[in-house]
Amino acid sequence: MTNWIDACAKDDIDEEDVIRFDHDGKTYAIYRSPDDEFFCTDGLCTHEQVHLADGLVMDYVIECPKHNGQFDYRNGEAKRAPVCNHLGTYQTRIEGDRVLIGLG
Amino acid sequence: MVIVGAGECGTRAAFALREAGYEGSVTLVGKEPHLPYERPPLSKPSNGKVTPKLIANEERFVEADITLLTDDPVTSIDAEAMSVRLQSGRTIPYAKLLLATGTQPRALPVEGGEHAVTFRTLEDARAIFKAAETADRAVLIGAGLIGLELASALRDRDIGVTVVEVADRALGRAVPAELAEIIVAKHRDKGVTFRFGTGIDKVEPSSVTLTDGTKVEGDLIIAAIGVIPDTALAETAGLEVGNGIKVDDRLRTSVPDIFAAGDCASALHPFYGKHMRFESWRNAQDQGEAAARNMVGGDNAFARVPWFWSDQYDLGLQITGMPDPSHRVITRQLPNNARLLFHLADDGRLMATSGIGTGNAVAKDIRLAEMLIEKGLSPDADALSDTSVNLKKLLRG
Ligand SMILES: Cc1cc2nc3c(=O)[nH]c(=O)nc-3n(C[C@H](O)[C@H](O)[C@H](O)COP(=O)(O)OP(=O)(O)OC[C@H]3O[C@@H](n4cnc5c(N)ncnc54)[C@H](O)[C@@H]3O)c2cc1C
Ligand code: FES
Repeated sequence: MTNWIDACAKDDIDEEDVIRFDHDGKTYAIYRSPDDEFFCTDGLCTHEQVHLADGLVMDYVIECPKHNGQFDYRNGEAKRAPVCNHLGTYQTRIEGDRVLIGLG
Repeated sequence: MVIVGAGECGTRAAFALREAGYEGSVTLVGKEPHLPYERPPLSKPSNGKVTPKLIANEERFVEADITLLTDDPVTSIDAEAMSVRLQSGRTIPYAKLLLATGTQPRALPVEGGEHAVTFRTLEDARAIFKAAETADRAVLIGAGLIGLELASALRDRDIGVTVVEVADRALGRAVPAELAEIIVAKHRDKGVTFRFGTGIDKVEPSSVTLTDGTKVEGDLIIAAIGVIPDTALAETAGLEVGNGIKVDDRLRTSVPDIFAAGDCASALHPFYGKHMRFESWRNAQDQGEAAARNMVGGDNAFARVPWFWSDQYDLGLQITGMPDPSHRVITRQLPNNARLLFHLADDGRLMATSGIGTGNAVAKDIRLAEMLIEKGLSPDADALSDTSVNLKKLLRG
């Protein structure tokens, strides 16, 4: 069963940007896309343990701040070397002005 | 397709050939005995351990049907017969050849220079960090990026460090003075001693005599005084060289069907209008990819501006473009003492951006700045210094 966690307010994330969200000893990245949809992935790059939330979001791509590895944050797909392992993704849901993420 | 040099560039190129849809044979020939590994982590060991970080594991080579030959350097190229000869005696024919032979550390040209170890390979890293287990004092010759990263790694192990640099400041070539000072201050804070403006007279097994006559003791002596492009093989085939293997903007050498890329290549760069050789990790990947595409029928100029990072203690430095002392500098102060410097040409065009901060504080802005540079934009100076202006806005106009 999906466990829905209230992560942040919609306006905590700028359009086409990302924030870090820590929960229960794990870290996540929550994105707001250019067309105002919300997505959630693992918070750490699959290359080294680097927080993706310090990286740049362009369209649907998050670029790792450390070595420019890229992922499509909608499905976690690795798009550019040095990353080759995909990111885990999580469901999101909007309730009023809150963003919830679905874990478990 | 044959690629010589299984480093960052050659390995990326091999995979890029497949990504471009090439289905013929791909052979990657390496001199080193290991699977291709990343060099940057060697000077940034986590938890003090040197663990090789592979660029790709064996399975990925098999999956992509790339033949990897290790420990068998190419000793000559026969451009007429279109084949390469390996040390083992084996001859491999090629339709297109890529040279990605990288660089070699410059040896210290003084009496006893052989007592100073250099730092480029996994073996070098293992030897240095093994020696560090029992060393008390290290002398690092050269205050460049690799020397200072090593200083930081050695201080983390509580080894005394003296850095000797012949120039009057650190990081002279690549890093603006203002940022170099921040880095040096951090090193001093952590207990590193600097000796600027002095050369080396001689090296003995456990001491270094400086040109001013003083002697610095150390049980670990490391020379990190820059690298020289590995052009030995290229010369056997009569390729044009000059600070690297000369290539055009398509990364083609002066001999048909032979390409060169990465640290070893001096490429005609459309952005700078002259030949440029970069010594950075992402450039090695980017040029490897670009060369691979051109080897299988592409016809694209390589025009990316360089980008690199360096980690020292908790500081993260990133630079895109080539900062030059002639540039006008606009500063943007970020939270937590992070700082960006925008380097503008006389006509206002953004040429380079450098930044420093804790961790990855400047990463996002540096990447946006890189895109501004590549677009050839001349952003308004007030907007550049104003923290409330998102660089993304400047990019999209
Ligand atoms: C300790 C260290 C730390 C670094 N840190 C950073 C950093 O933080 N940021 C950054 O941007 N860059 C960094 N760099 C630079 C970066 O690693 C290089 O730019 C990059 O490795 C260049 O890739 P390359 O493939 O062109 O050359 P190389 O990595 O040098 O690979 C060339 C390979 O070719 C092989 N070869 C040479 N001749 C032959 C032959 N005849 N036959 C077969 N094989 C041959 C060599 O053995 C070598 O394995 C660092 C480098 C070092 C050494
Ligand atoms: S840590 Fe993300 S690309 Fe290296």
